[in-house]
Amino acid sequence: MIKPQSVGVVTPSRARFTEPLALRSGGTLDEYELVYETYGELNEARSNAVLVCHALSGSHHVAGHYADDPRDIGWWDNLIGPGKPLDTNKFFVIGVNNLGGCHGSTGPRSPNPATGRPWGADFPFVTVEDWVGSQARLADRLGIERFAAIVGGSLGGMQAISWTLQYPERVGHAVVIAAAPKLTAQNIAFNEVARQAILTDPEFHGGHYYEHGVVPARGLKLARMIGHITYLSDDSLAEKFGRSLRHGKTMYSYDVEFEIESYLRYQGDKFAGHFDANTYLLTTKALDYFDPAFEYGGNLARALARSTADYLVVSFTTDWRFSPSRSEEIVYALLHNQRNVSYAEIDCPSGHDSFLLDDVRYHAVLRSYFDRIKT
Amino acid sequence: MSYRYDFDVIAQWIAPGEKVLDLACGDGSLLRHLMAERDVQGYGVENDIDNLVACIDNGINVIQVDLEKGLAGFEDGFFDHVIMSLSLQAIHNTQGILAEMLRVGREAVVSFPNFGYWRHRQSILNGRMPVSESLPHQWFNTPNVRFFTIADFESLCELNGIEIRERLAFDEGTPVEDEANFRASVAVYRLGRGA
Repeated sequence: MIKPQSVGVVTPSRARFTEPLALRSGGTLDEYELVYETYGELNEARSNAVLVCHALSGSHHVAGHYADDPRDIGWWDNLIGPGKPLDTNKFFVIGVNNLGGCHGSTGPRSPNPATGRPWGADFPFVTVEDWVGSQARLADRLGIERFAAIVGGSLGGMQAISWTLQYPERVGHAVVIAAAPKLTAQNIAFNEVARQAILTDPEFHGGHYYEHGVVPARGLKLARMIGHITYLSDDSLAEKFGRSLRHGKTMYSYDVEFEIESYLRYQGDKFAGHFDANTYLLTTKALDYFDPAFEYGGNLARALARSTADYLVVSFTTDWRFSPSRSEEIVYALLHNQRNVSYAEIDCPSGHDSFLLDDVRYHAVLRSYFDRIKT
Repeated sequence: MSYRYDFDVIAQWIAPGEKVLDLACGDGSLLRHLMAERDVQGYGVENDIDNLVACIDNGINVIQVDLEKGLAGFEDGFFDHVIMSLSLQAIHNTQGILAEMLRVGREAVVSFPNFGYWRHRQSILNGRMPVSESLPHQWFNTPNVRFFTIADFESLCELNGIEIRERLAFDEGTPVEDEANFRASVAVYRLGRGA
């Protein structure tokens, strides 16, 4: 086997769309831009394209690094590259920042053509289906009629599912990792606490904080802190931090005492320093709204009947945010329709975030699956 | 994967185009055989990650399930045949899994090593646990957890209202006609729900 390598220096591209995009919320985006990155070469038959869909905090920067910032490595770099499980010697891989995002695609920070000022809270609600619709237009632009595979973890997995329902003829394989066919009440509850943290931050200003020259950093930090707890497992927190005390003893204060407090504050601050609060709000709502079975009386098997793609579904034993049983709902609904489906429940201690890690067994499953895909 | 005679035995019970579930399917060889010979829509069940990867390499649909917990996600009567080849002896929940196989399948196909095989009996008489082609492990590293004979299995079927529709027995690959419980190292059954 060739030693796995990085895709190296990458440069984002930008595509502008002037045909209005009707959104499920009833709104319309008259024009918009999507930033994306590609790795590997599109083959002559245009049959080796793989779309990577990102989750809540992800972006189009999936692999490689930037020339001017070698430390800014793509969020799924361990998966994608020459000789890696998603091998760019074989596949043409595309990462795209979703609409409403804050990494360059049109979103709440972008100017609202009607006012010339940033959209802010007026940016229309976007759903998983809208993202998929906009991604399909990008595929058209790149001359890709059919994807060899669409891959995503968590919310990205929901987009992969939605692709197989909205454009069944355009998807060969769906690789759906640590995902769910819809959120539970508990999931929505966590999202709502996160949103309330942002919405009640005095510096939120009804979502028009840009004009006030501030950001609701406290709210966003809290939102990230609670989210982060749910992405990790009890075991992994216990192993990483336990009850370790920064000062070796209790100080009877509200400053950082336990190391887990320090970690969460650091993660929250880091996130609040670069992520956009309106994007966070929009994205959590997209998560909450996703429910392809809803219009089929809650019957997921009926909803997935339209899909013709082969599926690989992967879950992680310690993921309690999107637990293995949620992935199994997808598996058994596909089985009901006699679709080709494989399912692995990876024994990994790291909770929901496991999908971003390079667990040997997890990557072995992905490598085998991608190797088998005909292009 | 080397040729396994039980594959052909099982294949003869499978009609073309059937929906087949293979429990503890290993690297998916049997399903591959059935896909090639019978054009089945096949799914394997495994709980070992290396086998899971091997199945994916083999182009087999494989679903990770712990068989000790049953087949809860699978629908009643969905499969034409549910197969468990040489694995029943490695599962604690014997009665549960047999019931589950006949819940999700119209028929079940089960094969297992016969602990009553004469060579195994001879071993025991000589004071040692049997090691043979059908029982290749030592007592200290065997994955087997249930030790039973053809006679034991058939009395369990009767007890649980499982109908034995067909039985073929083999002495290390050669068909055995009489005295199967003594002369056969492996038995293969086609089972149905009793009336």
